[in-house]
Amino acid sequence: MKHLISISDLTKDRAISLLDNAQELAAVNDRDVKKIPALRGKTIVNLFFENSTRTRISFELAAKRLSADVINFTASTSSLSKGESLKDTAQTLEALGAHAIVVRHPASGAAHALAHRGWISSSIINAGDGSHEHPTQALLDALTLRQAFTRNGDLAGLKVLIVGDILHSRVARSNVLLLTKLGAKVEVAGPTTLMPAGIEKLGATVSHNFADSLAQKPDAVMMLRVQQERMQGSFFPSPKEYAANWSLSGERFAALGKDSVILHPGPMNRGFEISSAAADDPRSLVLKQVANGVAVRMAVLYATLSGEAN
Amino acid sequence: MTSRVVLDAPDIDRALKRISHEILEANEGSQDLVLLGIPTRGIALANRIGSMLQSIDPNFEGQIGTLDITLYRDDLSKHERQIQPTKLPSGGIEGKVVVLVDDVLFSGRTVRAALDALTEFGRPKQVKLAVMVDRGHRELPIRPDFVGKNLPTAKTERVSVQLAEVDGVDQVVIGE
Repeated sequence: MKHLISISDLTKDRAISLLDNAQELAAVNDRDVKKIPALRGKTIVNLFFENSTRTRISFELAAKRLSADVINFTASTSSLSKGESLKDTAQTLEALGAHAIVVRHPASGAAHALAHRGWISSSIINAGDGSHEHPTQALLDALTLRQAFTRNGDLAGLKVLIVGDILHSRVARSNVLLLTKLGAKVEVAGPTTLMPAGIEKLGATVSHNFADSLAQKPDAVMMLRVQQERMQGSFFPSPKEYAANWSLSGERFAALGKDSVILHPGPMNRGFEISSAAADDPRSLVLKQVANGVAVRMAVLYATLSGEAN
Repeated sequence: MTSRVVLDAPDIDRALKRISHEILEANEGSQDLVLLGIPTRGIALANRIGSMLQSIDPNFEGQIGTLDITLYRDDLSKHERQIQPTKLPSGGIEGKVVVLVDDVLFSGRTVRAALDALTEFGRPKQVKLAVMVDRGHRELPIRPDFVGKNLPTAKTERVSVQLAEVDGVDQVVIGE
């Protein structure tokens, strides 16, 4: 596997083997010496055109656990603010010896362009491109679900409900692709204004009523962050109105099954899309997701940087 | 393609029994003993030696685990390999006598990787090596302490140790 751009590039077997590797790599975090030499001598660049402390730290930690050297390159503090193009930046990083570039960019398709335009030969890992995809987030969610429901292979028959701003959410898109690939039944729920046209073609069912979807007894509810930074225009009347209909709180939280789990990609807006009671509930796996994020990113870096000589 | 069976099930069983006795003799008993099988077939061999040790020594106090070496290989940039579980016994390996168990000893690179992997988990008092087959052609200064069978081979030949737990049959086969 040279690059990881989109979940749709992965076969089901490939996805499961990544999750299996991530499960073993998670054990490294429990050791006294949290380091393995698998990527010694490799250089990984975190190229971030959008602020994301969590994802960057997670990738940085994953690279360091595998003994790679890490360079963090943030748009606001670099020559990018002086008008350098994506192509020139990437070629400069490769000339400095980068074996892999982890890229986050506000434009959908940025990672694909770096991987396939012939500008550079490094491995490219998509850490979020616009409202297109965020594949490592979907992988860590799938790993968390596998652990929560003690599955070894796929997620066949598991009912997953994704709630909120589906339109702007690359997390939702990658998750719909991956979870359905693994056999889960995925429903997306959100206000009509935040529901992309044609999402059912990716394999998800669509709902416009949170309570109705909860009545279907989903095994997992994934609450999405409302991304104010991606909204130019009014998609809902007011935050209060959104919270009244779409937050996991009150009666809706009470309707959640006792064996169901709550996921959230973070950072959480407490009191907006999720109540504090829900966020702190034992059924909430938010911190487990963060820990699994490092393991999944280790597995992805290992997969893209090993075997590259062939 | 020609292949021939060089060891059958009774041969393998006798070899493992002898290795078990040798381990006990070299260690003067089973105190501080930790058997670590290297995936895939080393795990089955370590388990078998473990149960033989238990039947030989009623007061057996050794422990059994597995050690995956995938991430410590020196050819990672050539092949991507699936990572296998590492399960160390509850007592760890600090100050213990560790016996690494593998099916075939060839270049010695797997053992080198295993020695690297071990250092991440602690400092054993001693590390020893038990293999079902030593086929020669070492590329590193590594030698086994306990050997089931020395098999002189040509470098192009393939030696495959097959075990009931993994392959459904107990035999050692040499093929081209």
